[in-house]
Amino acid sequence: MNARLLPFAGFLLVLALLGFGIWWSQSHDPREVPSPLIGKPTPQFSLPLLEDPSKKIGSADLAGEPYLLNVFASWCFACRDEHPILMHEGKRMGVKLVGFNYKDEPADAKRWLAQFGNPYDLIIADLPGDVAIDFGVTGAPETFLVDAEGVIRFKYISPITPEVIATELLPRIAALKQGAR
Amino acid sequence: MNTFASLRAVRTLPLLPSFRRRPESSSASRHQELDSGLRRNDGHGRFGVVVGAILALCVLFSSPAFAIDPLPFKDHAEELRFQALTKQLRCLVCQNESLADSNAPLAADLRRDVFEQMQSGKSDDEIKTWLTARYSDFVLYDPPLHAGTMLLWFGPILVLVAGAAAVFVIVRRRAKVVPIAQRAPVRPTADVEDDW
Repeated sequence: MNARLLPFAGFLLVLALLGFGIWWSQSHDPREVPSPLIGKPTPQFSLPLLEDPSKKIGSADLAGEPYLLNVFASWCFACRDEHPILMHEGKRMGVKLVGFNYKDEPADAKRWLAQFGNPYDLIIADLPGDVAIDFGVTGAPETFLVDAEGVIRFKYISPITPEVIATELLPRIAALKQGAR
Repeated sequence: MNTFASLRAVRTLPLLPSFRRRPESSSASRHQELDSGLRRNDGHGRFGVVVGAILALCVLFSSPAFAIDPLPFKDHAEELRFQALTKQLRCLVCQNESLADSNAPLAADLRRDVFEQMQSGKSDDEIKTWLTARYSDFVLYDPPLHAGTMLLWFGPILVLVAGAAAVFVIVRRRAKVVPIAQRAPVRPTADVEDDW
């Protein structure tokens, strides 16, 4: 090879590197915080029900069947985008849908649900946000798929869309049910 | 006197005359309102202007203090340790800010947790482990050295070695060319420069 072409080859190499960087940053969200809790049991918790704060639901009560834990709040804008999809698809996913009301005044949360509807089978309220930190929650909405043994199998940050349900959630739910049989 | 009133007072300073003349702007009514405010302030004399300017300067330079919530530190050393630790931790919400700087509610919660763990006698490393168990290495500004971060840590050295190797090879190749050029010194300078 002609030695004069060497700088040009170097230039092409740099170009390829920069191109890879652009491709990588477009196909990956650099802001997304990876969860180290995938494949690990959910943190131990016991939280009051939104509807009836005298009753508490803990991680032990929820074990036994897979469930989706959906972090939401009335102050969360993106949750409004997600809400109709949960209303529409929630019951069809074939798993219990647990609402996790995050750092929300109970009165605000109840009004929000009265206005937009309640897609959840039950709602636990974390007003101080301590359990959310144990779950590694960075904001709302976030969704966790937990299996019957209480192990977190999947986490999705940002609003759930019909595509996410079809491509990410339903196959995993089906696999969980298959494994249980 | 609120912030806006103090800023309004600053606008009466003779140093900033350009602010006063904008009658043909689209939001003319708002400027009229401001102008009447100016006249009111002028009526109060210079003392109000000076106080307003000082207050405005205070507001300007005090913004970082809002992020720091009052925590009952035992002593100054503990406070310094807390600040040093939270500066190394990333806020998960506004990710370009450290836990020490961020105003996000989650950052305030995490600061409180870090503080409580310090009070219960945990070391900095234990607190970092506690955080990374929930939020992964993402929460640390300094990535720890393990298999997944090898390229990150040693990539620059790798590039440096590759560059040094390239320079070495090129220099060696040129070193072989030079004696030939010396053997035939017909137009030595022109030849050498042509090669460059």
